[in-house]
Amino acid sequence: MTDFGLRRLKKPGRNSGIPLQFFIPTLPNSAPFNPRPSLPFSPSNHSVTVSRPFPLSHGTTTLGFIFQGGVIAAADSRASAGGLVACPAVHKITPIHSHLVVTSSGSGADCMLWERILAREIRLYQLRHRRCLSICGTAKLLSFMLHPFKGTDVCVALTLCGWDKETGNTDCAKRSEASSFITDDSSSAVVSRRDVTAMAHSASPNGGPKLIYVCSDGARLKGDIFSVGSGSPYAYGVLDREQRWSLSKEEAISLAREAVFRATHRDAYSGNKVDIFHITAQGWSQRKREDLKEEYYRDMERRAKIVEERKRVTKLDALG
Amino acid sequence: MLSSHTFEDPGKMRDYHYTGPVEHRFSPYSFNGGTVLAVAGEDFAIVASDTRLSEGYSIHSRDSPKCYKLTDTTVIGCSGFHGDCLTLTKIIDARLKMYKHSNNKTMTSGAIAAMLSTILYGRRFFPYYVYNIIGGLDEQGKGAVYSFDPVGSYQRDTYKAGGSASAMLQPLLDNQIGFKNMEGVQHVPLTQEKAVQLVKDVFISAAERDVYTGDALRVCIITKEGISEQTVPLRKD
Repeated sequence: MTDFGLRRLKKPGRNSGIPLQFFIPTLPNSAPFNPRPSLPFSPSNHSVTVSRPFPLSHGTTTLGFIFQGGVIAAADSRASAGGLVACPAVHKITPIHSHLVVTSSGSGADCMLWERILAREIRLYQLRHRRCLSICGTAKLLSFMLHPFKGTDVCVALTLCGWDKETGNTDCAKRSEASSFITDDSSSAVVSRRDVTAMAHSASPNGGPKLIYVCSDGARLKGDIFSVGSGSPYAYGVLDREQRWSLSKEEAISLAREAVFRATHRDAYSGNKVDIFHITAQGWSQRKREDLKEEYYRDMERRAKIVEERKRVTKLDALG
Repeated sequence: MLSSHTFEDPGKMRDYHYTGPVEHRFSPYSFNGGTVLAVAGEDFAIVASDTRLSEGYSIHSRDSPKCYKLTDTTVIGCSGFHGDCLTLTKIIDARLKMYKHSNNKTMTSGAIAAMLSTILYGRRFFPYYVYNIIGGLDEQGKGAVYSFDPVGSYQRDTYKAGGSASAMLQPLLDNQIGFKNMEGVQHVPLTQEKAVQLVKDVFISAAERDVYTGDALRVCIITKEGISEQTVPLRKD
Protein backbone atom coordinates (compact mmCIF):
# COMPACT_ATOMS: atom_id res chain seq x y z
CA MET A 1 0.00 0.00 0.00
CA THR A 2 2.77 2.41 0.92
CA ASP A 3 4.82 1.40 -2.12
CA PHE A 4 1.90 2.19 -4.37
CA GLY A 5 1.72 5.64 -2.82
CA LEU A 6 5.43 6.28 -3.29
CA ARG A 7 5.39 5.13 -6.89
CA ARG A 8 2.51 7.41 -7.65
CA LEU A 9 4.44 10.33 -6.21
CA LYS A 10 7.66 9.68 -8.12
CA LYS A 11 6.07 9.40 -11.58
CA PRO A 12 5.66 12.78 -13.27
CA GLY A 13 2.10 13.92 -13.87
CA ARG A 14 0.76 13.03 -17.28
CA ASN A 15 -0.12 16.35 -18.81
CA SER A 16 1.66 18.76 -16.49
CA GLY A 17 4.50 21.02 -17.57
CA ILE A 18 6.34 20.70 -14.29
CA PRO A 19 6.56 17.13 -12.92
CA LEU A 20 4.82 16.55 -9.59
CA GLN A 21 8.09 15.60 -7.90
CA PHE A 22 9.22 19.20 -8.25
CA PHE A 23 6.99 20.20 -5.41
CA ILE A 24 5.54 17.19 -3.65
CA PRO A 25 8.31 16.41 -1.17
CA THR A 26 9.97 12.98 -1.16
CA LEU A 27 9.30 11.08 2.02
CA PRO A 28 11.99 10.64 4.66
CA ASN A 29 11.85 6.83 4.17
CA SER A 30 13.19 7.21 0.67
CA ALA A 31 16.09 9.46 1.71
CA PRO A 32 19.37 8.45 0.01
CA PHE A 33 21.26 7.99 3.25
CA ASN A 34 19.05 5.16 4.47
CA PRO A 35 21.42 2.17 4.55
CA ARG A 36 18.88 -0.68 4.27
CA PRO A 37 15.86 -1.00 1.98
CA SER A 38 12.50 -0.55 3.70
CA LEU A 39 10.87 -3.97 4.02
CA PRO A 40 7.11 -4.13 4.56
CA PHE A 41 7.43 -5.49 8.11
CA SER A 42 10.41 -3.54 9.42
CA PRO A 43 9.75 -0.48 11.55
CA SER A 44 9.94 2.72 9.57
CA ASN A 45 12.01 4.72 12.02
CA HIS A 46 15.44 3.66 10.76
CA SER A 47 15.78 6.42 8.18
CA VAL A 48 17.88 9.35 9.28
CA THR A 49 15.70 12.33 10.03
CA VAL A 50 17.37 15.71 10.35
CA SER A 51 16.29 17.85 13.25
CA ARG A 52 15.35 21.38 12.31
CA PRO A 53 17.09 24.28 14.01
CA PHE A 54 14.08 26.59 13.58
CA PRO A 55 10.44 26.49 14.67
CA LEU A 56 7.61 26.36 12.12
CA SER A 57 4.43 28.36 12.34
CA HIS A 58 1.57 26.75 14.27
CA GLY A 59 -1.25 27.75 16.56
CA THR A 60 -4.56 29.16 15.44
CA THR A 61 -8.31 29.33 15.91
CA THR A 62 -10.55 28.41 13.00
CA LEU A 63 -14.16 27.37 13.02
CA GLY A 64 -17.04 26.52 10.74
CA PHE A 65 -20.70 25.74 11.24
CA ILE A 66 -23.83 25.05 9.20
CA PHE A 67 -27.13 26.88 9.62
CA GLN A 68 -30.24 27.53 7.58
CA GLY A 69 -28.53 30.27 5.55
CA GLY A 70 -25.52 28.20 4.49
CA VAL A 71 -22.09 27.72 6.00
CA ILE A 72 -20.03 30.20 8.01
CA ALA A 73 -16.25 29.86 8.12
CA ALA A 74 -14.21 32.08 10.46
CA ALA A 75 -10.56 32.25 11.47
CA ASP A 76 -8.07 34.48 13.22
CA SER A 77 -5.02 35.87 11.39
CA ARG A 78 -1.96 35.23 13.54
CA ALA A 79 0.92 32.97 12.48
CA SER A 80 3.26 32.19 15.37
CA ALA A 81 6.65 30.46 15.11
CA GLY A 82 7.82 29.44 18.58
CA GLY A 83 7.19 32.47 20.75
CA LEU A 84 7.39 35.03 17.97
CA VAL A 85 4.50 36.31 15.87
CA ALA A 86 5.81 35.50 12.41
CA CYS A 87 3.00 37.36 10.69
CA PRO A 88 -0.01 39.19 12.14
CA ALA A 89 -2.07 39.24 8.95
CA VAL A 90 -2.22 35.78 7.42
CA HIS A 91 -5.15 34.55 5.34
CA LYS A 92 -6.20 31.26 6.88
CA ILE A 93 -9.34 30.86 4.81
CA THR A 94 -8.71 30.22 1.12
CA PRO A 95 -11.28 29.83 -1.61
CA ILE A 96 -10.72 26.76 -3.79
CA HIS A 97 -13.55 27.37 -6.21
CA SER A 98 -16.73 29.40 -6.25
CA HIS A 99 -18.56 27.09 -3.83
CA LEU A 100 -15.77 25.75 -1.63
CA VAL A 101 -13.65 27.45 0.96
CA VAL A 102 -10.94 25.82 3.08
CA THR A 103 -9.91 26.90 6.57
CA SER A 104 -6.39 25.86 7.43
CA SER A 105 -4.66 25.17 10.69
CA GLY A 106 -1.44 23.45 11.62
CA SER A 107 1.83 24.29 9.98
CA GLY A 108 1.52 27.33 7.69
CA ALA A 109 3.70 26.08 4.85
CA ASP A 110 2.05 22.65 4.79
CA CYS A 111 -1.43 24.15 4.63
CA MET A 112 -0.52 26.65 1.92
CA LEU A 113 1.11 24.09 -0.34
CA TRP A 114 -1.50 21.36 0.17
CA GLU A 115 -4.29 23.81 -0.59
CA ARG A 116 -2.47 24.69 -3.79
CA ILE A 117 -2.15 21.02 -4.74
CA LEU A 118 -5.84 20.45 -3.89
CA ALA A 119 -6.95 23.40 -6.03
CA ARG A 120 -4.91 22.06 -8.93
CA GLU A 121 -6.42 18.56 -8.62
CA ILE A 122 -9.97 19.94 -8.38
CA ARG A 123 -9.43 22.02 -11.50
CA LEU A 124 -7.96 19.07 -13.38
CA TYR A 125 -10.95 16.93 -12.36
CA GLN A 126 -13.30 19.61 -13.58
CA LEU A 127 -11.54 19.83 -16.94
CA ARG A 128 -11.38 16.07 -17.42
CA HIS A 129 -14.86 15.11 -16.26
CA ARG A 130 -16.75 18.30 -17.11
CA ARG A 131 -18.37 18.53 -13.70
CA CYS A 132 -17.49 19.81 -10.28
CA LEU A 133 -16.24 17.29 -7.76
CA SER A 134 -18.57 17.07 -4.76
CA ILE A 135 -17.38 18.34 -1.37
CA CYS A 136 -17.32 14.78 0.01
CA GLY A 137 -15.32 13.69 -3.00
CA THR A 138 -12.88 16.57 -2.50
CA ALA A 139 -12.41 15.57 1.13
CA LYS A 140 -11.76 11.97 0.15
CA LEU A 141 -9.25 13.04 -2.50
CA LEU A 142 -7.40 15.26 -0.05
CA SER A 143 -7.38 12.56 2.61
CA PHE A 144 -5.93 10.01 0.19
CA MET A 145 -3.28 12.47 -1.04
CA LEU A 146 -2.18 13.09 2.54
CA HIS A 147 -2.12 9.42 3.50
CA PRO A 148 1.47 8.67 2.36
CA PHE A 149 2.66 11.41 4.72
CA LYS A 150 1.02 9.94 7.81
CA GLY A 151 3.55 9.56 10.59
CA THR A 152 5.80 12.30 9.23
CA ASP A 153 5.99 15.83 10.41
CA VAL A 154 3.37 17.18 8.01
CA CYS A 155 0.74 18.87 10.12
CA VAL A 156 -2.37 19.87 8.22
CA ALA A 157 -5.90 20.18 9.62
CA LEU A 158 -8.31 21.59 7.06
CA THR A 159 -12.03 22.21 7.24
CA LEU A 160 -13.74 22.13 3.86
CA CYS A 161 -16.76 24.44 3.97
CA GLY A 162 -18.88 24.42 0.89
CA TRP A 163 -22.13 24.07 -0.91
CA ASP A 164 -22.80 21.01 -3.05
CA LYS A 165 -24.77 21.74 -6.16
CA GLU A 166 -27.66 19.45 -7.06
CA THR A 167 -26.60 16.70 -9.49
CA GLY A 168 -26.74 17.86 -13.09
CA ASN A 169 -25.41 21.30 -12.39
CA THR A 170 -22.01 21.44 -14.02
CA ASP A 171 -20.65 24.89 -13.44
CA CYS A 172 -18.37 25.90 -10.64
CA ALA A 173 -16.31 28.92 -11.47
CA LYS A 174 -12.55 28.92 -10.91
CA ARG A 175 -11.55 30.65 -7.72
CA SER A 176 -10.28 33.73 -9.52
CA GLU A 177 -13.67 34.30 -11.11
CA ALA A 178 -15.66 33.73 -7.93
CA SER A 179 -17.79 36.57 -6.73
CA SER A 180 -16.66 38.25 -3.57
CA PHE A 181 -19.44 40.66 -2.86
CA ILE A 182 -19.88 42.63 0.37
CA THR A 183 -22.42 41.03 2.65
CA ASP A 184 -24.91 43.77 3.23
CA ASP A 185 -27.07 42.55 0.37
CA SER A 186 -30.36 41.06 1.51
CA SER A 187 -30.38 37.47 2.52
CA SER A 188 -33.94 36.95 1.36
CA ALA A 189 -32.78 35.41 -1.93
CA VAL A 190 -30.94 32.73 0.00
CA VAL A 191 -33.80 31.97 2.38
CA SER A 192 -36.38 31.57 -0.38
CA ARG A 193 -34.43 28.76 -2.00
CA ARG A 194 -34.23 26.67 1.13
CA ASP A 195 -37.00 25.57 3.47
CA VAL A 196 -36.44 26.85 6.92
CA THR A 197 -36.81 23.48 8.57
CA ALA A 198 -34.03 21.09 9.31
CA MET A 199 -35.86 18.40 7.32
CA ALA A 200 -35.10 20.15 4.05
CA HIS A 201 -31.42 19.80 4.82
CA SER A 202 -31.70 16.02 4.87
CA ALA A 203 -34.30 15.79 2.09
CA SER A 204 -31.67 16.44 -0.60
CA PRO A 205 -28.71 14.41 0.67
CA ASN A 206 -26.52 15.23 -2.29
CA GLY A 207 -26.87 18.96 -2.38
CA GLY A 208 -26.78 21.68 0.23
CA PRO A 209 -24.27 22.97 2.77
CA LYS A 210 -21.41 20.69 3.77
CA LEU A 211 -18.71 20.88 6.41
CA ILE A 212 -15.96 18.27 6.42
CA TYR A 213 -12.82 18.11 8.56
CA VAL A 214 -9.70 16.50 7.05
CA CYS A 215 -6.42 16.15 8.86
CA SER A 216 -3.00 14.72 8.12
CA ASP A 217 -3.45 12.02 10.80
CA GLY A 218 -6.01 10.49 8.48
CA ALA A 219 -9.27 11.75 10.00
CA ARG A 220 -12.09 12.66 7.63
CA LEU A 221 -15.27 13.70 9.42
CA LYS A 222 -18.51 15.26 8.21
CA GLY A 223 -20.39 17.37 10.73
CA ASP A 224 -22.31 20.54 11.58
CA ILE A 225 -19.81 22.37 13.78
CA PHE A 226 -16.04 22.16 13.74
CA SER A 227 -13.38 24.24 15.42
CA VAL A 228 -9.70 23.51 14.92
CA GLY A 229 -6.52 24.78 16.51
CA SER A 230 -5.05 25.76 19.82
CA GLY A 231 -7.94 28.17 20.47
CA SER A 232 -10.63 25.65 19.55
CA PRO A 233 -11.73 24.69 23.11
CA TYR A 234 -12.62 28.32 23.79
CA ALA A 235 -14.41 28.65 20.46
CA TYR A 236 -16.39 25.42 21.05
CA GLY A 237 -17.57 26.80 24.39
CA VAL A 238 -19.07 29.86 22.74
CA LEU A 239 -20.42 28.00 19.70
CA ASP A 240 -22.08 25.15 21.59
CA ARG A 241 -24.10 27.64 23.60
CA GLU A 242 -25.69 29.52 20.73
CA GLN A 243 -25.41 27.51 17.55
CA ARG A 244 -28.66 26.13 16.13
CA TRP A 245 -30.10 25.55 12.67
CA SER A 246 -32.50 28.50 12.78
CA LEU A 247 -29.97 31.33 13.23
CA SER A 248 -30.36 34.33 10.97
CA LYS A 249 -27.41 35.43 8.86
CA GLU A 250 -26.52 38.38 11.10
CA GLU A 251 -26.80 36.23 14.22
CA ALA A 252 -24.58 33.56 12.69
CA ILE A 253 -21.92 36.08 11.67
CA SER A 254 -21.90 37.73 15.05
CA LEU A 255 -21.70 34.32 16.74
CA ALA A 256 -18.67 33.40 14.63
CA ARG A 257 -17.00 36.71 15.41
CA GLU A 258 -17.69 36.32 19.13
CA ALA A 259 -16.29 32.77 19.19
CA VAL A 260 -13.04 33.81 17.48
CA PHE A 261 -12.79 36.89 19.69
CA ARG A 262 -13.11 34.91 22.92
CA ALA A 263 -10.64 32.31 21.69
CA THR A 264 -8.05 34.93 20.72
CA HIS A 265 -8.50 36.59 24.09
CA ARG A 266 -7.53 33.46 25.99
CA ASP A 267 -5.19 31.68 23.58
CA ALA A 268 -1.75 33.23 23.19
CA TYR A 269 -1.19 31.73 19.76
CA SER A 270 -4.34 33.24 18.19
CA GLY A 271 -5.04 36.88 17.67
CA ASN A 272 -4.96 40.01 15.54
CA LYS A 273 -7.85 39.95 13.06
CA VAL A 274 -10.89 37.85 12.22
CA ASP A 275 -11.90 36.75 8.73
CA ILE A 276 -15.45 35.58 8.11
CA PHE A 277 -16.69 33.83 4.97
CA HIS A 278 -20.29 32.95 4.20
CA ILE A 279 -21.06 30.23 1.66
CA THR A 280 -24.49 29.89 0.08
CA ALA A 281 -25.92 28.29 -3.04
CA GLN A 282 -24.73 31.37 -4.96
CA GLY A 283 -21.12 30.96 -3.86
CA TRP A 284 -18.83 32.36 -1.20
CA SER A 285 -18.69 35.93 0.02
CA GLN A 286 -16.12 37.47 2.32
CA ARG A 287 -16.60 40.09 4.98
CA LYS A 288 -14.09 42.87 5.46
CA ARG A 289 -11.40 41.89 7.97
CA GLU A 290 -12.04 43.17 11.45
CA ASP A 291 -9.33 44.01 13.95
CA LEU A 292 -10.13 42.31 17.25
CA LYS A 293 -8.52 45.15 19.17
CA GLU A 294 -11.58 47.29 18.28
CA GLU A 295 -13.88 44.43 19.36
CA TYR A 296 -12.06 44.27 22.69
CA TYR A 297 -12.57 48.00 23.34
CA ARG A 298 -16.26 47.72 22.37
CA ASP A 299 -16.60 44.82 24.81
CA MET A 300 -14.95 46.87 27.57
CA GLU A 301 -17.39 49.71 26.92
CA ARG A 302 -20.35 47.32 27.04
CA ARG A 303 -19.20 45.94 30.38
CA ALA A 304 -18.58 49.44 31.77
CA LYS A 305 -22.16 50.37 30.78
CA ILE A 306 -23.56 47.29 32.54
CA VAL A 307 -21.62 48.12 35.69
CA GLU A 308 -22.87 51.73 35.54
CA GLU A 309 -26.45 50.54 35.11
CA ARG A 310 -26.16 48.16 38.07
CA LYS A 311 -24.71 50.91 40.26
CA ARG A 312 -27.57 53.21 39.29
CA VAL A 313 -30.20 50.55 40.04
CA THR A 314 -28.73 49.62 43.44
CA LYS A 315 -28.57 53.31 44.37
CA LEU A 316 -32.27 53.69 43.50
CA ASP A 317 -33.10 50.55 45.51
CA ALA A 318 -31.12 51.86 48.46
CA LEU A 319 -33.01 55.14 48.34
CA GLY A 320 -36.46 53.64 47.77
CA MET B 1 20.13 22.45 46.82
CA LEU B 2 21.74 21.19 43.66
CA SER B 3 19.42 18.19 43.40
CA SER B 4 16.31 20.37 43.50
CA HIS B 5 17.57 22.22 40.46
CA THR B 6 17.94 19.02 38.48
CA PHE B 7 14.23 18.31 38.88
CA GLU B 8 12.90 21.80 38.51
CA ASP B 9 14.32 23.66 35.57
CA PRO B 10 16.95 21.65 33.76
CA GLY B 11 17.41 24.35 31.14
CA LYS B 12 18.92 26.95 33.42
CA MET B 13 21.35 24.73 35.34
CA ARG B 14 22.26 22.55 32.41
CA ASP B 15 25.54 24.27 31.69
CA TYR B 16 26.70 24.21 35.25
CA HIS B 17 26.55 20.62 36.27
CA TYR B 18 26.91 17.17 34.81
CA THR B 19 23.61 15.70 33.59
CA GLY B 20 24.96 12.50 32.08
CA PRO B 21 26.53 11.54 28.76
CA VAL B 22 25.25 13.57 25.81
CA GLU B 23 25.42 12.37 22.23
CA HIS B 24 26.60 14.97 19.75
CA ARG B 25 25.58 14.10 16.23
CA PHE B 26 26.80 15.68 13.06
CA SER B 27 24.42 18.49 12.18
CA PRO B 28 24.24 19.36 8.51
CA TYR B 29 23.18 22.89 9.43
CA SER B 30 25.14 25.81 10.81
CA PHE B 31 24.00 29.32 11.58
CA ASN B 32 25.92 32.04 9.74
CA GLY B 33 24.01 35.06 10.99
CA GLY B 34 23.01 38.15 9.09
CA THR B 35 19.93 40.27 8.79
CA VAL B 36 17.88 41.13 5.73
CA LEU B 37 15.21 43.78 5.35
CA ALA B 38 12.88 44.76 2.53
CA VAL B 39 10.48 47.69 2.16
CA ALA B 40 7.98 48.30 -0.66
CA GLY B 41 6.95 51.79 -1.67
CA GLU B 42 4.57 53.22 -4.22
CA ASP B 43 6.96 52.84 -7.17
CA PHE B 44 10.15 51.50 -5.59
CA ALA B 45 11.38 48.66 -3.43
CA ILE B 46 14.40 48.47 -1.16
CA VAL B 47 16.25 45.31 -0.15
CA ALA B 48 19.03 45.76 2.40
CA SER B 49 21.31 43.37 4.22
CA ASP B 50 24.35 43.51 6.43
CA THR B 51 27.57 41.95 5.13
CA ARG B 52 28.89 39.99 8.10
CA LEU B 53 29.35 36.22 7.79
CA SER B 54 29.87 34.64 11.19
CA GLU B 55 29.86 31.18 12.77
CA GLY B 56 29.77 30.68 16.51
CA TYR B 57 32.18 33.22 18.01
CA SER B 58 34.15 33.86 14.79
CA ILE B 59 33.64 36.14 11.85
CA HIS B 60 34.42 34.47 8.54
CA SER B 61 34.04 37.56 6.39
CA ARG B 62 33.14 41.21 6.70
CA ASP B 63 32.17 41.52 3.04
CA SER B 64 29.57 38.89 2.29
CA PRO B 65 26.36 40.67 1.29
CA LYS B 66 23.15 38.74 1.41
CA CYS B 67 21.25 40.46 -1.42
CA TYR B 68 21.34 38.69 -4.77
CA LYS B 69 20.07 40.26 -7.97
CA LEU B 70 17.70 37.93 -9.84
CA THR B 71 16.23 40.05 -12.64
CA ASP B 72 16.16 43.77 -13.48
CA THR B 73 13.18 44.20 -11.21
CA THR B 74 13.77 41.66 -8.45
CA VAL B 75 16.32 41.21 -5.68
CA ILE B 76 16.30 38.41 -3.11
CA GLY B 77 17.80 38.58 0.36
CA CYS B 78 18.76 35.26 1.98
CA SER B 79 20.05 34.81 5.53
CA GLY B 80 20.57 31.75 7.69
CA PHE B 81 22.90 28.98 6.64
CA HIS B 82 25.26 30.32 3.98
CA GLY B 83 25.70 26.99 2.19
CA ASP B 84 21.97 26.69 1.61
CA CYS B 85 21.77 30.38 0.58
CA LEU B 86 24.35 29.82 -2.18
CA THR B 87 22.73 26.64 -3.48
CA LEU B 88 19.25 28.10 -3.37
CA THR B 89 20.27 31.18 -5.37
CA LYS B 90 21.97 28.93 -7.93
CA ILE B 91 18.79 26.88 -8.27
CA ILE B 92 16.67 30.01 -8.64
CA ASP B 93 19.01 31.37 -11.33
CA ALA B 94 18.81 28.08 -13.24
CA ARG B 95 15.00 28.03 -13.05
CA LEU B 96 14.88 31.66 -14.21
CA LYS B 97 16.94 30.76 -17.26
CA MET B 98 14.73 27.73 -17.98
CA TYR B 99 11.64 29.92 -17.80
CA LYS B 100 13.21 32.54 -20.07
CA HIS B 101 14.11 29.94 -22.66
CA SER B 102 10.75 28.18 -22.69
CA ASN B 103 8.46 31.20 -22.30
CA ASN B 104 10.54 33.95 -23.93
CA LYS B 105 9.90 36.39 -21.11
CA THR B 106 11.45 37.29 -17.77
CA MET B 107 9.76 36.01 -14.64
CA THR B 108 7.77 38.59 -12.70
CA SER B 109 8.30 39.07 -8.95
CA GLY B 110 5.06 37.29 -8.09
CA ALA B 111 5.96 34.33 -10.26
CA ILE B 112 9.43 34.07 -8.69
CA ALA B 113 7.81 34.08 -5.25
CA ALA B 114 5.39 31.30 -6.15
CA MET B 115 8.20 29.27 -7.68
CA LEU B 116 10.43 29.71 -4.63
CA SER B 117 7.61 28.47 -2.42
CA THR B 118 7.45 25.18 -4.32
CA ILE B 119 11.26 24.84 -4.41
CA LEU B 120 11.42 25.22 -0.64
CA TYR B 121 8.53 22.83 0.00
CA GLY B 122 10.14 20.20 -2.20
CA ARG B 123 12.65 19.87 0.62
CA ARG B 124 10.01 19.70 3.34
CA PHE B 125 11.79 16.90 5.21
CA PHE B 126 15.33 18.29 4.97
CA PRO B 127 14.70 22.00 4.59
CA TYR B 128 16.89 24.75 3.27
CA TYR B 129 17.79 26.67 6.40
CA VAL B 130 17.31 30.04 4.74
CA TYR B 131 15.04 32.96 5.58
CA ASN B 132 14.20 34.57 2.25
CA ILE B 133 12.74 37.95 1.42
CA ILE B 134 12.10 38.97 -2.18
CA GLY B 135 11.80 42.65 -3.05
CA GLY B 136 10.89 44.02 -6.43
CA LEU B 137 8.35 45.70 -8.67
CA ASP B 138 5.17 43.96 -9.72
CA GLU B 139 3.61 44.10 -13.20
CA GLN B 140 1.95 47.44 -12.44
CA GLY B 141 5.26 48.97 -11.36
CA LYS B 142 4.34 49.11 -7.66
CA GLY B 143 6.75 47.93 -4.99
CA ALA B 144 6.25 44.36 -3.74
CA VAL B 145 7.84 42.44 -0.88
CA TYR B 146 7.36 38.68 -0.44
CA SER B 147 8.56 37.07 2.79
CA PHE B 148 9.10 33.33 3.26
CA ASP B 149 9.62 30.86 6.04
CA PRO B 150 12.23 28.09 5.57
CA VAL B 151 9.68 25.57 4.26
CA GLY B 152 7.92 27.73 1.70
CA SER B 153 4.99 29.50 3.33
CA TYR B 154 4.88 33.01 1.87
CA GLN B 155 2.92 36.21 1.89
CA ARG B 156 3.03 39.57 0.17
CA ASP B 157 3.87 42.36 2.63
CA THR B 158 4.74 46.05 2.65
CA TYR B 159 7.84 45.57 4.81
CA LYS B 160 9.58 42.65 6.48
CA ALA B 161 12.77 41.94 8.38
CA GLY B 162 14.36 38.49 8.39
CA GLY B 163 17.42 36.87 9.89
CA SER B 164 19.10 37.11 13.27
CA ALA B 165 17.93 40.62 14.24
CA SER B 166 14.45 40.25 12.75
CA ALA B 167 12.69 40.09 16.14
CA MET B 168 14.27 43.45 17.02
CA LEU B 169 13.68 45.21 13.72
CA GLN B 170 10.14 44.06 12.89
CA PRO B 171 8.45 45.94 15.78
CA LEU B 172 10.34 49.11 14.83
CA LEU B 173 9.17 48.81 11.22
CA ASP B 174 5.60 48.08 12.41
CA ASN B 175 5.68 51.37 14.24
CA GLN B 176 7.47 53.58 11.70
CA ILE B 177 6.11 52.27 8.40
CA GLY B 178 2.88 50.59 9.49
CA PHE B 179 1.99 53.29 12.06
CA LYS B 180 0.86 50.56 14.42
CA ASN B 181 0.07 51.36 18.04
CA MET B 182 0.22 55.10 17.49
CA GLU B 183 -2.76 57.32 18.17
CA GLY B 184 -3.60 60.37 16.11
CA VAL B 185 -0.89 60.23 13.44
CA GLN B 186 -1.36 60.85 9.77
CA HIS B 187 -0.58 57.91 7.57
CA VAL B 188 1.70 59.54 5.03
CA PRO B 189 2.96 57.32 2.22
CA LEU B 190 6.66 56.56 2.37
CA THR B 191 8.96 58.47 0.01
CA GLN B 192 12.09 56.83 -1.36
CA GLU B 193 14.52 59.16 0.50
CA LYS B 194 12.73 58.64 3.80
CA ALA B 195 12.66 54.90 3.30
CA VAL B 196 16.42 54.70 2.58
CA GLN B 197 17.21 56.83 5.63
CA LEU B 198 14.93 54.69 7.79
CA VAL B 199 16.60 51.49 6.59
CA LYS B 200 20.04 52.88 7.43
CA ASP B 201 18.94 53.98 10.91
CA VAL B 202 17.28 50.65 11.58
CA PHE B 203 20.43 48.69 10.70
CA ILE B 204 22.58 50.95 12.88
CA SER B 205 20.27 50.02 15.78
CA ALA B 206 20.42 46.34 14.89
CA ALA B 207 24.23 46.39 14.84
CA GLU B 208 24.20 47.85 18.35
CA ARG B 209 22.23 45.03 19.89
CA ASP B 210 22.72 41.95 17.73
CA VAL B 211 26.16 40.34 17.67
CA TYR B 212 25.63 38.68 14.29
CA THR B 213 24.81 41.96 12.51
CA GLY B 214 27.39 44.60 11.62
CA ASP B 215 30.45 45.49 9.47
CA ALA B 216 28.64 47.08 6.55
CA LEU B 217 25.20 47.57 5.08
CA ARG B 218 24.38 46.95 1.43
CA VAL B 219 21.21 48.70 0.21
CA CYS B 220 19.68 47.83 -3.19
CA ILE B 221 17.05 50.26 -4.44
CA ILE B 222 14.82 48.93 -7.21
CA THR B 223 12.98 51.42 -9.40
CA LYS B 224 11.82 51.30 -12.99
CA GLU B 225 15.15 52.81 -13.99
CA GLY B 226 16.98 49.78 -12.62
CA ILE B 227 18.76 48.65 -9.49
CA SER B 228 21.15 50.99 -7.68
CA GLU B 229 23.34 49.91 -4.78
CA GLN B 230 24.80 51.78 -1.82
CA THR B 231 27.21 50.57 0.84
CA VAL B 232 27.20 52.12 4.30
CA PRO B 233 29.70 51.18 7.05
CA LEU B 234 28.37 49.77 10.34
CA ARG B 235 29.98 48.84 13.65
CA LYS B 236 32.78 46.32 13.26
CA ASP B 237 32.81 44.99 16.81
